[in-house]
Amino acid sequence: MNPPNSAERHRETAQNGAERSNVSLVVNGARHQLELDNRTTLLDALREHLKLTGTKKGCDHGQCGACTVSVNGERINACLTLAVMHEGDDVATIEGLGEADHLDPMQQAFLDHDAFQCGYCTPGQICSAKAVLEEIRTKLPSHVTKDLTAPIEVTDAEIRERMSGNLCRCGAYANILKAIHQVAEERA
Amino acid sequence: MDFNQSAEDNLFDRARIVGKPHARIDGTLKVMGRAPYAYERNDVAADQLVGYPLCATIAKGRITHMDASSARAAPGVVSVVTTLEIEPLDRSENNVARLFGGDLIEHYHQAIAVVVADTLEQARSAAALIDVSYQQEQGVFDLEAAWEKLDNTGEPLSDVGDVDAAFQTADFTLDEIYRTASQSHAMMEPHASIVDWSDGGKMTVWTSNQMIEMNKQALATSFNIDPDTIRVESPYVGGGFGGKLWLRADAVLAALGSRASGRPVKLALPRPLVFNNATHRSGTLQRLRIAADAQGKITAFDHAAVSHTLPGGSGENPVNQTRTFYAGASRRVAHQLIDMNLPESADMRAPGEASGLAVLEIAMDEMAQKLGMDPVEFRILNDTQVDPEDPSKPFSERHYVECLRQGAAAFGWEARNRTPGENREGEWLIGHGMAGAYRGAPTLDSGARVRLQGGRLIVETDMTDIGTGSYTILAQTAAETMGMAMEDVEIRLGNSAYPTSSGSGGQFGATSSTAGVYAACLALQEQIAKHLDVETPRFENSRVLAGDTDLALSEVANGEEFVAEDTIHFGDFKDDMQIGTFGAHFIEVGVHAYTGETRVRRMLAVCDAGRILNPITARSQVLGGMTMGVGAALSEGLTVDLERGFFVNHDLASYEVAVHADIPEQEVIFLDTTDAASSPLKSKGVGELGICGVAAAIANAIYNATGVRVREYPITLDRMIDQLSNAAP
Repeated sequence: MNPPNSAERHRETAQNGAERSNVSLVVNGARHQLELDNRTTLLDALREHLKLTGTKKGCDHGQCGACTVSVNGERINACLTLAVMHEGDDVATIEGLGEADHLDPMQQAFLDHDAFQCGYCTPGQICSAKAVLEEIRTKLPSHVTKDLTAPIEVTDAEIRERMSGNLCRCGAYANILKAIHQVAEERA
Repeated sequence: MDFNQSAEDNLFDRARIVGKPHARIDGTLKVMGRAPYAYERNDVAADQLVGYPLCATIAKGRITHMDASSARAAPGVVSVVTTLEIEPLDRSENNVARLFGGDLIEHYHQAIAVVVADTLEQARSAAALIDVSYQQEQGVFDLEAAWEKLDNTGEPLSDVGDVDAAFQTADFTLDEIYRTASQSHAMMEPHASIVDWSDGGKMTVWTSNQMIEMNKQALATSFNIDPDTIRVESPYVGGGFGGKLWLRADAVLAALGSRASGRPVKLALPRPLVFNNATHRSGTLQRLRIAADAQGKITAFDHAAVSHTLPGGSGENPVNQTRTFYAGASRRVAHQLIDMNLPESADMRAPGEASGLAVLEIAMDEMAQKLGMDPVEFRILNDTQVDPEDPSKPFSERHYVECLRQGAAAFGWEARNRTPGENREGEWLIGHGMAGAYRGAPTLDSGARVRLQGGRLIVETDMTDIGTGSYTILAQTAAETMGMAMEDVEIRLGNSAYPTSSGSGGQFGATSSTAGVYAACLALQEQIAKHLDVETPRFENSRVLAGDTDLALSEVANGEEFVAEDTIHFGDFKDDMQIGTFGAHFIEVGVHAYTGETRVRRMLAVCDAGRILNPITARSQVLGGMTMGVGAALSEGLTVDLERGFFVNHDLASYEVAVHADIPEQEVIFLDTTDAASSPLKSKGVGELGICGVAAAIANAIYNATGVRVREYPITLDRMIDQLSNAAP
């Protein structure tokens, strides 16, 4: 219901501090200088200001993973972070991965295994999947990792656990699993 | 083209492309993030503004006052349209609650204003500045209060034989109550539209919708304008599952915002508003009675159910499958709608069937147990090849028994756990369960246009691809029919400028729209034959062959374009038979003996759905149904705030769909069948068959693991843990 004074509270906060900021982002290797409303998420900076719409907005609340991108080599939900927090950061999105005649191995593996249907969660799945293999390679443990000191193996359980922040309502999980294994085996 | 009798032997029986695995032709765009979804059409209209909705925070009543002056004065705001400023929009026949206009609130989160601004941040902030006062009325929100309706009151949908006598004389009977939860489609792309109605004249809508022609007509009805002034485009849809069958508030608000602002407006429903603003699958209460003789032959079904709807809607009818799935001389089924003031219930993947089979197939398991029979053999014993209500009406094709037998063999059913609660691996109780699947195979008239340009064929139809694989199977159909290569066919979908198709829904899309493309290709062939003045030409290897004529298709038109259009019309000869799809699901679960946590360990589906047009995309459809079935069984349920009348868990964190870690090894087997009564391609749908019965198979496996029978979905651990302590000391 309407909390009392909600309108007043908004008016007050709107009067505090500068409302816009300059931010410099390196996106897929190219530097972009943006002047943004402070409230702009990294996701909307990409989608609305740089017109990089490959990164998807499924929930805008960090609950679905469709907006997964890599920032300085780590995957994050781009909807859960403001663009102005990323001055100078290196952002990698789906658009930077491959071209139609030269796909990234993970993109190709998703094609090979029909690891998507509607395609809306797909860029986030692919960005997450690439990061998952890197996390396993660098021994970053997950909830299902049994031995924290040994090298981590690319098992079904590790992939499923680490990919569970990326929802796919079409239900392509079984195919996504195969796609990620294919890339892991190609690398091995 | 009329389809007035079952198909004879035709080119699809010797197909080189149709029925063969082919990767999605839209796949490369999707893995690159370059398939343009509705909200992303930056290219189609310049100077787009952003709309943000304000939604009601009561379930029933009237708005007494709205003050939008602060919002209008907020930075970046171009216009605000409140519901009090607009006459109630006319409802299309597919909408139950009005989408906008007037002071009446029919459900929680009904849209009551749209704020249009330069940016999302500005529009969202300004929307929070609108003050709204309500006069709230008492609503009805509790389906449990409808219990007495299950006691054979109301008009049955069907009442054959003598049900009461059958139960009096039966050797074995079952009489249990079951509940299914309200569910949300939760497709990954929220409802979104860009609308250009800048001058209040021609309206162009880029949206995410399953049914283009219906959407266009609904827009015309809503705004009382000529449908010919509206163009709707929806070439890529980020999931639908029935949630995008109808016109919803996103397009309506964007249109109103565009007219008020004189510029194109884009609007996506914020995820937390989707669950209550848009539609959902109604929960059900069901009472199911089964009577059988000592040999296990079913003598009667008595299935009564209630579901909820806003006044005038259709709810969730879960009793229809009980009418025709199994043999038995007597049956009575009744579904009663309970008028409630919850958000609008409507179709979701396998509407009715999913909720009905979730219950019927538990009841079948319970009967088998009472009879001391293998649940597979019990189902086989009660198979029917005719409509049990009207034995003069045969099934066109029904291979349910083969599904059961093949599934049992492939799953290793012989080695299943046979003593509920006694199969333990450490802390885990392991169980096996199965269920049958049955869903009708409807077809709708579907049109297409084909253009032969040089050696390329362009197919245009307003059919949509909601992840189902329409692009690919339509290209396969056109390439097959015209004797061309897949690469030489381009498919254009989801545009009201193209011929009207079946659209996507009710698992009628693939079969209907491929038949429509086939019809258009035959019309093109006739045109070519006439042009070349030849009789019965053959189309092979991108050439036309007839008598002495042997010409490359690229040379037929001499630089001109040949255009042909046709619609497949499905005749009423189908009314004389039952046309359905069948399946069997086999499941292994582990239930934690101390916490009641259920983990699905293995899933197998065997499907009988006629010719499978593309085993890759069809398999993915079935996997998707199985996955959604896991959610339905274990975690999905919209929780009602009984005081204020809304779904509390209205986001993707609290409405729990299956995640990757919930899904085990999944296998799909398609029977090699065709159904000549269905369409020229002899195919049937699989998209809804895949979810049918899954939840029950899981419920039965949980019973087998624990000895605890849960008759309420989702089967969360709190619903069995008190009994589990007895079952697993």
